[in-house]
Amino acid sequence: MGKKILLAHDHVPGIQGYEVYRQNGGYASVEKAIKTMSAEALVEEVKKSGLRGRGGAGFPTGMKWSFLAKPEGVARYLVCNADESEPGTFKDRYLMSRIPHILVEGMITSSFALGVNTAYIYIRGEYYYIVSILEKAIEEAYANGWLGKNILGSGYNLDLYVQVGAGAYICGEETALLESLEGKRGNPRIKPPFPAIAGLYGCPTVVNNVETLAAVPFIVNNGGEAYAQIGIGKSAGTKLISASGHINKPGVYEIEMGITVEDFIYSDEYCGGILNGKKLKAVVAGGSSVPVLPADKILTTPSGEKRLMSYESLADGGFASGTMLGSGGFIVMDETTSIVENLFTFARFYHHESCGQCSPCREGTAWMEKILHKMIDGHGTIEDVDLLWEIQAKIEGNTICPLGDAAAWPVASAIRHFRSEFEEYVKNPNSIKVVRHYDLTQNLVNA
Amino acid sequence: MAKVTIDGRVIEVPDGITILQAARMIGPEVAPPTMCYHSKLKTSGGYCRTCLVEVTKGSEIDPRPMPKLVASCRTNVMDGMEVGNLSSPKVIEARKSVVEFLLLNHPLDCPICDQAGECHLQDLSYEHGSSKTRTDFERRTFEKISIGEKIQLHMTRCILCYRCVKVAEQITDGRVHGVINRGDHSEISTYIEQAIDNDFSGNMIDVCPVGALTDKTFRFKSRVWFTKPVLAHRNCEKCSGNVNLWFKGDEVLRVTGRKDQWGEVEEFICNTCRYDKKATSDWTVEGPSHVNRHSVISANHYEVFTKPTEFKLNDVKPLAIQEGDKS
Repeated sequence: MGKKILLAHDHVPGIQGYEVYRQNGGYASVEKAIKTMSAEALVEEVKKSGLRGRGGAGFPTGMKWSFLAKPEGVARYLVCNADESEPGTFKDRYLMSRIPHILVEGMITSSFALGVNTAYIYIRGEYYYIVSILEKAIEEAYANGWLGKNILGSGYNLDLYVQVGAGAYICGEETALLESLEGKRGNPRIKPPFPAIAGLYGCPTVVNNVETLAAVPFIVNNGGEAYAQIGIGKSAGTKLISASGHINKPGVYEIEMGITVEDFIYSDEYCGGILNGKKLKAVVAGGSSVPVLPADKILTTPSGEKRLMSYESLADGGFASGTMLGSGGFIVMDETTSIVENLFTFARFYHHESCGQCSPCREGTAWMEKILHKMIDGHGTIEDVDLLWEIQAKIEGNTICPLGDAAAWPVASAIRHFRSEFEEYVKNPNSIKVVRHYDLTQNLVNA
Repeated sequence: MAKVTIDGRVIEVPDGITILQAARMIGPEVAPPTMCYHSKLKTSGGYCRTCLVEVTKGSEIDPRPMPKLVASCRTNVMDGMEVGNLSSPKVIEARKSVVEFLLLNHPLDCPICDQAGECHLQDLSYEHGSSKTRTDFERRTFEKISIGEKIQLHMTRCILCYRCVKVAEQITDGRVHGVINRGDHSEISTYIEQAIDNDFSGNMIDVCPVGALTDKTFRFKSRVWFTKPVLAHRNCEKCSGNVNLWFKGDEVLRVTGRKDQWGEVEEFICNTCRYDKKATSDWTVEGPSHVNRHSVISANHYEVFTKPTEFKLNDVKPLAIQEGDKS
């Protein structure tokens, strides 16, 4: 069994409520932080821990915190990014619905470390049932003196609010999130200035992922070094992986970084192997936007070693033969999956979610979807494959926010690794088409 | 002051200005084209991506190149920065792609579009685009919308530069003119199609780089190259009263704001000047407007030869001049 930090008490009945959470050591980090530690020491501790942003980019959290501008007399904000909308990623949903207090605790401790008096949880609209769970947790925290005025008699004040988004993928991008939080249309801002200088309402702001903030209590309780010892190399700590697709045991797993990908897919502790004993074809390792890798490349690195579940090992080989840990949305595809059809699903998603602000993404995502749609309908040509390749290259890096890259990478990697399948598909669309449509009539007859 | 090199041309500029502004100070031959940036509108720019440039050296202190192409209209200069515009093959390729993207759903109905002849997208695609299209999909279309009595919105032609939205936000009072929907379904809207009842709303027409917003009092009256632009002014209590009159014969067909070398409105004018003063007697005529000789409007247009407007480089001098001063 690997070390568990976030989900250590997941099995305890009633952990969603305050009493049980407190009995299991909850809110100890707030006590320790406010009573015995200074804000600078806390930031230092997080730096030592090597904790990296769990939203996808993997930027060191301590460093992000130390970038926060602290001008006199200007409010600072902490915003929790709970707008988890990457297809394939559902780790934050699980964490927030099971153990909401760990997020609340992490936010209080982090706010104290950053000198923040107002913090927000920005949650996507589709998670409406979690909103009430979080609000109940916050209410309980207020009632027990962990939030509000003069927390633990220290003179430190903190208010925590939940803000519900309207369900746009783009609002998971931090500056679009801030725009949306301010009540505007969720369009990404042009950086610089970065949120650490001018974020919410033009004030210095830190935006962190749910999982990142939830890891802070452990770091404060046990020290940064204890956290840094878990995991491997620069990938410190544990990571929640939401596994889905053709596996025997889909679900959210907390892994210690450094286990092998092979272990994760095939061991009974985690995914439990491929469904129906089929063969592994491809894996999207970190949510829909990271490059898809074929079975041999995901299991072994270019140098022939076993690939590990860590930021570095998954990225080994660059985009030519590697991928990214991303947000931990682990999508497994077995041998019956059509990469072309899978890509169409992704392309349709990015087209739907493009905010339409800058032209390469607005027009390019729509164009790619149309071409893939044409292929799926059996009218694709070999030139279309080349055209797709060119379009993605034109989008990547030329847009305001990373959505353009996120839309381009799946297309690029699918064509890079599965070009022959695309060619086969456009030449003979019916021969390899898997049964896509659920035949209701036939199923009723059978029943 | 910051020393910036753009396409090998060196200039010293004040800190805090953008790469685009620095490039414009050097001259039109190195200035990147723009579709959405408008110097008189705050927070404009960054959307169309036509002004992307390559920064090969970040600054004197941090000489690393920037990892991606950057929008020159929204990126500030740093001392020692080196920028590639037309000298960078990456930029030329990216710009060509942007033009392709912008034209992907643009109707190409120039023969019946009022903007033809003064359309920035026409110029852009002529200069930076390719001659063929690679898409055979149906183009996106929208219904025409009336924005008040005087303005017609033809969303099908829109490239979503957001300039008109910025006008509505910053020059007229009250924001009734935003964007609805998202992605390639995005639409400029007056929200519930409310008429814009404001003295300066007409400026949206002038800032529109394409034929999406047109003047109803001028629509279909004449091709612009059959009209003669003339500089004129009047005493107006609302605006500066400095305008361009567009004559056909003795008749004033339309009134617009004056535009500078970059196609940007110099001074915003009020709706009274724009729509209600269409008699020559309303105006004091100054003389023919300067029209770029490459423009179709310059055909049969006579003007007094004046030296091309020189830049007022109050605190900015190209290095060459400074060196000359010393000797």
